[in-house]
Amino acid sequence: MADGRSRPVYMDHAATTPTRPEVVEEMLPCFTERFGNPSSIYALAREAQVTMERARGRVAEAIGARPENIFFTSGGTEADNWAIKGVAAANRKKGDHIVTSSIEHHAVLHACQALEKQGYRVTYLPVDEFGLIDPAAVEEAITDKTILVSVMAANNEIGTIQPVAAIAKVAHDHGVPFHTDAVQAIGAVPIDVDAMGIDLLSLSAHKFYGPKGTGALYIRKKTPIGTFMDGGAQERGRRAGTENVPGIVGLGKAIELATADIEGRNRRIVAMRDRLIRGILETIPDTRLNGHPVERLANNVNVAFRYVEGESILLMLDALGIAASTGSACTSASLEPSHVLTACGLPHEEAHGSLRLTLGHRNTDDDVDYVLSVLPRVIERLRKMSPLTPG
Amino acid sequence: MTRVITMYSERVMDHFTNPRNMGEIPDADGIGEVGNPACGDIMRITLRIEENRIVDAKFKTFGCAAAIASSSMVTELIRGKTLEEAWGVTNKAVAEALEGLPPQKLHCSVLAEEGIHKAIEDYRSRHGAPKANGE
Repeated sequence: MADGRSRPVYMDHAATTPTRPEVVEEMLPCFTERFGNPSSIYALAREAQVTMERARGRVAEAIGARPENIFFTSGGTEADNWAIKGVAAANRKKGDHIVTSSIEHHAVLHACQALEKQGYRVTYLPVDEFGLIDPAAVEEAITDKTILVSVMAANNEIGTIQPVAAIAKVAHDHGVPFHTDAVQAIGAVPIDVDAMGIDLLSLSAHKFYGPKGTGALYIRKKTPIGTFMDGGAQERGRRAGTENVPGIVGLGKAIELATADIEGRNRRIVAMRDRLIRGILETIPDTRLNGHPVERLANNVNVAFRYVEGESILLMLDALGIAASTGSACTSASLEPSHVLTACGLPHEEAHGSLRLTLGHRNTDDDVDYVLSVLPRVIERLRKMSPLTPG
Repeated sequence: MTRVITMYSERVMDHFTNPRNMGEIPDADGIGEVGNPACGDIMRITLRIEENRIVDAKFKTFGCAAAIASSSMVTELIRGKTLEEAWGVTNKAVAEALEGLPPQKLHCSVLAEEGIHKAIEDYRSRHGAPKANGE
């Protein structure tokens, strides 16, 4: 590695996290020894079922729910699709209007857009410059045809934590169920579905050191929702398909570890986050912090550098052994920059120059020092190439 | 710098990490600025032209690695060429010289061709020459 470093610096934990060894260890026997199909009736299958139900209990425990209200899915995207399309289908006679925000993950936004093509109406609430949704705006948007309010618990790009409890209360005052995409929030923010008034919650294991391809949807009892996957009678007849037992067991172990002592572990990560933010803003001119200064995920740094483009930043950082992410369009097929950054009011050219660094438990102060030592050089180099740089 | 495995060819990464002809010619004879900050790409080409020949070409680019590499490559391709020859350097030629570009990045090579055309047009309009017949 450059600068004599022996290992790369991974700062893209909002994209995915490494699976913890303790999690892998619990998963492994489910592939080889306890491989039974939980739906079968012999002893081997019962073993698989017992481990799966233990995982369900752990997920329920982590969010203050009952085990029978946890339904395993293939991940956060399926959980979001199920919540939104399932509630829409079950309420077709009652109403046709959904309230969500303009900064949701594409799993929510594109599910809503698919419903719009079927004749549903969707309100995409704006956010302020910090990415916050105003509960009063939710109140204004709700009509007597509203069947669902869906607002994410924390944003994946800028890390802004939403006032979920206040928004849920507004929804309930109007008799409307509330869904939250908590994919980025689990393990980072304490979640209690009862205390926060959450009726539906999506989560995904690989965001908190669990395996990819496994997630869950929490469904509060009596919430009207259709089935999403038709087939066998798994998941009490509500989500067909042979359960991904190894993944589910991994999810259970990962969520147990992730939600134990959130505050204690956040303290260390917040210190690194704030040092990164301060260091970047102090040493690199024409730079701004995206997202909220306080209501922000412990591990999220998102900054916009004027006059430069994000993909170029990423490739130069990659060459220096640093893995990060950007809201620039140049990493995708479209030319549109991040919908989250533009919703926060960033001009397109600044949205293109954004860099997201998301920390994890394995990051060290040394990693922070290294990023702070090389990033100014990278930005300076690209600014020298840019015709937008003044002077 | 460690070699990075990306969607780009080695040639693109080479021109991105070691761009040729980066900068701006003072009092250039022809200037071409193309692109749009909203789309994340702006290219500014400056030319020194003597006796109908491009004796120097420089670029400044705001954009992704493909945009920077395309700018670098196109300035290499047109240096020493007559204006007519330079006009004929296509986006395809730029992309081929870079050992290919990912499909979603081909517009970067188009931008490079446009930048050269605009700079030559600028030179011709300032020198009263007729507009190019090739376009």
